[in-house]
Amino acid sequence: MASYILRRFIGSVVVMWAVATLVFFMLRLVPGDPIAAMLADAGGPEEMEAMHRRLGLDRALVVQYGIWFWNMLQGDLGSSIYGSRIPVTQIIVEAIPRTLSLSLLAFVIAMVIAVPAGILSATRRNTLTDNTVSFFAFLGLSMPDFWLAILLIIVFAANLQWLPAIGYTPIDEGLWEWFRHLILPAIAIGTAFSAIIARMIRSSLLEVLSSDYMRTARSKGLTPWMLMWGHALPNAMIPVITVMGIAFALLISGAVVVENVFAIKGLGRVLIEGILNRDYPVVQGAVLVVSAIFVFSNLLVDLLYGVIDPRIRLH
Amino acid sequence: MPLLAVENLAIDVERDGQTHRLVHDASFSVERGETLAIVGESGSGKSLSALAVIGLLSEGLGIAGGSITFDGRDITKLDEQAHNALRGSEISMIFQEPMTSLNPVRSIGHQITEGMRLKLGLSRRAAKARAIDLLEEVGISDPAQRLKQYPHQLSGGMRQRVMIAIALACKPSLILADEPTTALDVTIQAQILSLTSRICRDHGVGLVLITHNLGIVARYAQNVAVMYGGRIVEQATAAELYRAPMHHYTRGLLSSVPRLDIPRNVPLSPIAGAPPDPLQVVPGCRFHPRCAAATERCGQEVPAPHHHGGHQVACWHPVIERPEHAMVQA
Ligand SMILES: Nc1ncnc2c1ncn2[C@@H]1O[C@H](COP(=O)(O)OP(=O)(O)O)[C@@H](O)[C@H]1O
Ligand SMILES: [Mg+2]
Repeated sequence: MASYILRRFIGSVVVMWAVATLVFFMLRLVPGDPIAAMLADAGGPEEMEAMHRRLGLDRALVVQYGIWFWNMLQGDLGSSIYGSRIPVTQIIVEAIPRTLSLSLLAFVIAMVIAVPAGILSATRRNTLTDNTVSFFAFLGLSMPDFWLAILLIIVFAANLQWLPAIGYTPIDEGLWEWFRHLILPAIAIGTAFSAIIARMIRSSLLEVLSSDYMRTARSKGLTPWMLMWGHALPNAMIPVITVMGIAFALLISGAVVVENVFAIKGLGRVLIEGILNRDYPVVQGAVLVVSAIFVFSNLLVDLLYGVIDPRIRLH
Repeated sequence: MPLLAVENLAIDVERDGQTHRLVHDASFSVERGETLAIVGESGSGKSLSALAVIGLLSEGLGIAGGSITFDGRDITKLDEQAHNALRGSEISMIFQEPMTSLNPVRSIGHQITEGMRLKLGLSRRAAKARAIDLLEEVGISDPAQRLKQYPHQLSGGMRQRVMIAIALACKPSLILADEPTTALDVTIQAQILSLTSRICRDHGVGLVLITHNLGIVARYAQNVAVMYGGRIVEQATAAELYRAPMHHYTRGLLSSVPRLDIPRNVPLSPIAGAPPDPLQVVPGCRFHPRCAAATERCGQEVPAPHHHGGHQVACWHPVIERPEHAMVQA
């Protein structure tokens, strides 16, 4: 088991390196010059030269890559090429709690809805309940995040004025304020996720409920609660957890879009601004972190899989 | 009063808006500490009859008539909750498929103890102690260690022993064993069968032993009911049924089983033909298309079960043998 974790960890690091490298070169192949964008019409050719040299953009690509990589290994991701030249690590450290807050809250809300919905529609298959759940699941799946986000702002922020439309409050300034700001974007990105998970739980449970071991469990006269939580769900969740890693990635990419709608300066917004400005160090740093979240949430899911399924754990 | 008395049980299935009868008019009873074997080819309605008793008929299937009296109460009239209260603690079941009948992600210990904690109100520690005793009783070595294991770490025979321990866990008075050994090696079959019947006898538990092999029940059962096409066609004590089978189907089953008390020169003869499709209506006796002794009447009227010299037999032309001529012609 320990060697398995180690192998998976090294694999994850290699994937991250590959992603970072790919992004490094892709950014520089995309047309557009950050200096030109920065100086706009204000500077002549000499200023542009000087600026290029100062930022190290005049050197060969491979050399730039080498320097960037070496610095990265030491935890230095460079600094924004704009204005006060804030270090990228600082930008990211500020952005991460926002994106993680948003994604985790979305995850929790989605699961709190998906698990009961999936159970209900599986245990009451082909009834009105099941059909209602299916209807909302397909509705949730067919609504794009950003569209749902705008809809939620119009209804709950603009019309009802129950919740703020934009912004973010850190959790240490009050749980309620934090929650109030995040609830709408969390619903916006969690809805599709919730719909997917509810459908998966339904189909997985249906299979489990007709299995021989469920018949054995019923023959013991267990309570419906013990049958569901003690026997059916631990089996039904195995395939669900397998896709959860991928689904969580969906959640993060949802966050990237929805952060922009709600003006939350998380990783998504940092990334988009960085790309629009050709702010290479910022984009690279943000991509590195996002890919780390992807890779490690998948790793976590795999390890969780081993915890829930003894057949994996012991081999 | 017998522990279990099933009378005129009928089980129907709803298919494409039509109702088909899968089990007709089945009556049998079991006393405490006694074993009843239900024997028949696959598809004859044995499992359905047992599932009806424990109340676990699957969706679409239902009891359409008759009564199931357990310990003096007609349990077909119970609501789901009251029936569930009986499961495990009064009636339990051992299933045919040891490889799939245990939950793959829960430990053996959990699967044995959870019922005891619920039904007997045992503490975690007391349940564990009882689980260890039970595993020892069913012949599993190093029981404390086994409790921590998972089903995939056990062989088929071991798993079936665990199933027996689970069935015994809450001290039921009736156990339904549905072909408990069919999936196992021949050598292990005998071990499991004698284990099950010995434990039931020792604890005064009534046992319904379902099998498709008439040969193996002789040693373990006091009474035998032979099922064919959803009906019980013959019923007698095991000794009587072996001595002088009356129904042509029973005779066919017996002659397809190697026996020590029949001269070697009588060839084994499996019954020609296949069991009927339960969804298809066969007029008259359901066995008549395969029966050598069938007459015109057999294809027209359903023979009702009637008593005959210690047997109950549903046949228009039962074989009546005088004791001294037992089993000369088959
Ligand atoms: N859910 C069901 N729907 C339709 N037919 C069924 C169902 N369950 C069992 N049957 C039919 O009922 C008959 C008796 O089944 P069963 O009691 O399982 O036979 P066995 O004697 O082999 O245990 C079989 O022919 C089977 O096809
Ligand atoms: Mg069967």
